[in-house]
Amino acid sequence: MREQDLIAVDIEGYLRTHEQKEILRLLTAGSVDDGKSTLIGRLLHDSNMVYDDQMAALRKDSAKKSSADGEIDYSLLVDGLLSEREQGITIDVAYRYFATPKRKFIIADTPGHEQYTRNMATGASTADLAVILVDARYGVLPQTRRHSFIASLLGIKHIVVAINKMDLRGYEEAVFHEIKGAYAQLAVRLGFKDVHYLPLSALRGDNVVTKSAAMPWYEGPPLLEHLETVPLTRGGNTGPLRFPVQYVLRPNLDFRGFSGTLASGTVRCGDRIMALPSRKTSTVSRIVTFDGDLAEAHADMAVTLTLADEIDVSRGDTLVHEEALPRVGRSIEAMMVWMNERPMTPRSAYLIKQGTKVASVEVHAIHERVDVNTLEPHPAMKLGLNDIGRVTLTASRALLFDAYADNHGTGAFILIDRLTNATLGAGMILGPGTDEAEAIGATGEGRVTVAERQARLGQRPAALFFVGGDPALREALAHGVERRLWDDGYTAHLLDPRDLGALRGFTELGLISLVLGDGGDDPTRPPVDAGAARVFEVQCGAGEAGESIEAIVARLRDGGIIR
Amino acid sequence: MPDLVPPPALNHLSHLKQLEAESIHILREVVAEFDNPVMLYSVGKDSAVMVRLAQKAFFPGKLPFPLLHVDTTWKFREMITFRDAFCKEHGFDLLVHTNTAPEAVGMNPFDHGSQKHTTVMKTHALLQALEKWGFDAAFGGARRDEEKSRAKERVYSFRDKLGQWDPKNQRPELWSLYNGKINKGESIRVFPLSNWTELDVWQYIHLESIPIVPLYFAAKRPVVERDGALIMVDDARMRLEPGEVPAEMTVRFRTLGDYPLTGAIESTATTLPEIIREMLLTKHSERQGRMIDHDEKGSMETKKREGYF
Repeated sequence: MREQDLIAVDIEGYLRTHEQKEILRLLTAGSVDDGKSTLIGRLLHDSNMVYDDQMAALRKDSAKKSSADGEIDYSLLVDGLLSEREQGITIDVAYRYFATPKRKFIIADTPGHEQYTRNMATGASTADLAVILVDARYGVLPQTRRHSFIASLLGIKHIVVAINKMDLRGYEEAVFHEIKGAYAQLAVRLGFKDVHYLPLSALRGDNVVTKSAAMPWYEGPPLLEHLETVPLTRGGNTGPLRFPVQYVLRPNLDFRGFSGTLASGTVRCGDRIMALPSRKTSTVSRIVTFDGDLAEAHADMAVTLTLADEIDVSRGDTLVHEEALPRVGRSIEAMMVWMNERPMTPRSAYLIKQGTKVASVEVHAIHERVDVNTLEPHPAMKLGLNDIGRVTLTASRALLFDAYADNHGTGAFILIDRLTNATLGAGMILGPGTDEAEAIGATGEGRVTVAERQARLGQRPAALFFVGGDPALREALAHGVERRLWDDGYTAHLLDPRDLGALRGFTELGLISLVLGDGGDDPTRPPVDAGAARVFEVQCGAGEAGESIEAIVARLRDGGIIR
Repeated sequence: MPDLVPPPALNHLSHLKQLEAESIHILREVVAEFDNPVMLYSVGKDSAVMVRLAQKAFFPGKLPFPLLHVDTTWKFREMITFRDAFCKEHGFDLLVHTNTAPEAVGMNPFDHGSQKHTTVMKTHALLQALEKWGFDAAFGGARRDEEKSRAKERVYSFRDKLGQWDPKNQRPELWSLYNGKINKGESIRVFPLSNWTELDVWQYIHLESIPIVPLYFAAKRPVVERDGALIMVDDARMRLEPGEVPAEMTVRFRTLGDYPLTGAIESTATTLPEIIREMLLTKHSERQGRMIDHDEKGSMETKKREGYF
């Protein structure tokens, strides 16, 4: 029975079926002229989601725009804001909704314009499936690579390559196979496992909702049927339990519950659980919901847990099973999508929000920037708006995390500007940081180590001996270096040669010590116990005879003391 | 141990359960991160769902925030009756605010037009109320499927110190990681129902047996036909044009607002399944009955820039 008929004769029956529908979240990615809005408009229209009054407005608007020879311009159904109607392009992520007898769909409609990588990343973050539009006239373009790369970066598992405007290439099978072959190479490179290729014409409606009569050589289902039937790999339930505590519910003295949404896994009454980062353990006594207590809860369910013991748990903590712990540490390596005009630079400090936890974080290093059109990595000093790169961050407190590839809930984060509060970028954790920052004690317990101090200061200890020239010149140069390092975010201090005995202590503190020679021909030089500090000799003197501040800073950078 | 509810099938939360969980997550997140949240309660069906979701989010506790109703004084009488009984029954902390500033004196939809009336009695009144009680986060029941400019609305909609919305200056929103950082004087509007459709709302009301204002169900009501809309004569303030005579018709409302600005539809649907059937087979969008959306092109966007929900 058709859905419309079922509604008419047996609404209760329809409602029971409709209740069981699942949601498919999809993303459409394409460039400005790929016909993306037309495709979405067509899906909405052909699946009966457009009402008469909307259709009337659409006819009126289409006529006014006098677009494709008096035909209805379906893209007008979805181009929302005044500002973009004026520009004729979509400038922000828009969400559309429609349902068929089989599934409910949420479409993230993201613009394909060059500078809008951030919008696509936003839409992709919640998508199960991506429809990548390719113009049959042009084939796989740099933007196709860009869209596909972002889809892979954000971990979208299902890809549909919609080869659009087949009507403009005579509906030829050869065109379809040529583009399919070109994309297949890219798919391998990006590690896509489920890629589906579809020839269509959104404008003419070929293979959108109904099978195209013009392309009998294509034997697969039309787009909508594919979307209705593609099996979804969510797999969140089979992963390890991750329950980020969102809110401590204390309505009265007798009830203390921990509310949150399971990021992954399953929790059952009676489960032994561990609270992180405190590592205190207890047992789940109840899984409380408004609709009654549950015996178990799965990924994506919002519940409240009560524990058998009064252990200290607060927002930002995570409850896990002892046998499957996440990574704990302050240093993370991540892929970063930068979304702000002010670039991300090394040593900058931001707020990180990961799960329900907010902490301070510093950019330890920017390793590389990925060219989204060629997918090649390049060395980079900063990440600008819409740049994607690999970075290492050091947090002020221990973070609990998994690799994003394993667990989106505990592997994703955003960075927030401490002053403007803007959301600056989105990150996907690859793993623990790989350099010295990793030496930081995982739980942050015990004595503060030399490595921790170095990580905090972002520098290695060094001793610079200023020799040659007259004392006033030496002191002036040392002060100049001190100021310059300070302004660049490093910590150096002047040390009188008579206090050289303290040098080892300063080294352990991770400082850069600037030691003034005592003048004359007998510079105070080793034997001095500089400990782990690298020792530099700085020649002072007027003009060519002495080193410049620039040269000294460059030596420190080359020597790995500063970045 | 009490009887336990059987768990849902592994790897398959129905779409309503998914939407419910997502909304509960949003409600909890805001309460955890903001000092002084409030829930805008419009007495309509979306508010009814939102309040139920809040009850679920904080069960077994009470709602950790008050409900705020911005009363234009032109609401249907049945809405006010329902509001008061509903809040009393559940012990909700209800705040009611009406614009009593000089600009609002004598304001009515007949003399001043729907647009000006709405700006003064809804938008301005809302901003006044938020300022009066110092709320830094306000939940609203708007959905993205309602209107084109809503489709791009964030779940956390950032408003400046004047309560205004800048579509170009909204924060990217990824995963379910909401950025709740604001400076003093700034606020956010939060839309926990962003991903719900009209059908989802009705179906949830049906499944959960959520009480709603009787105006949603068909009954004989006195109406006049005006500019193609059926307007209910709810009280003596209704100004009849020469020749207009109220007629008893069997009608109901798809959305509720100020009665002179809310069109009824002819219907015999007196149960929720009948309402849903009508909605699914109908040919008109939900907001068609709202006169305020059609005043000018992009009018919802314009209103939102000014501070409307």
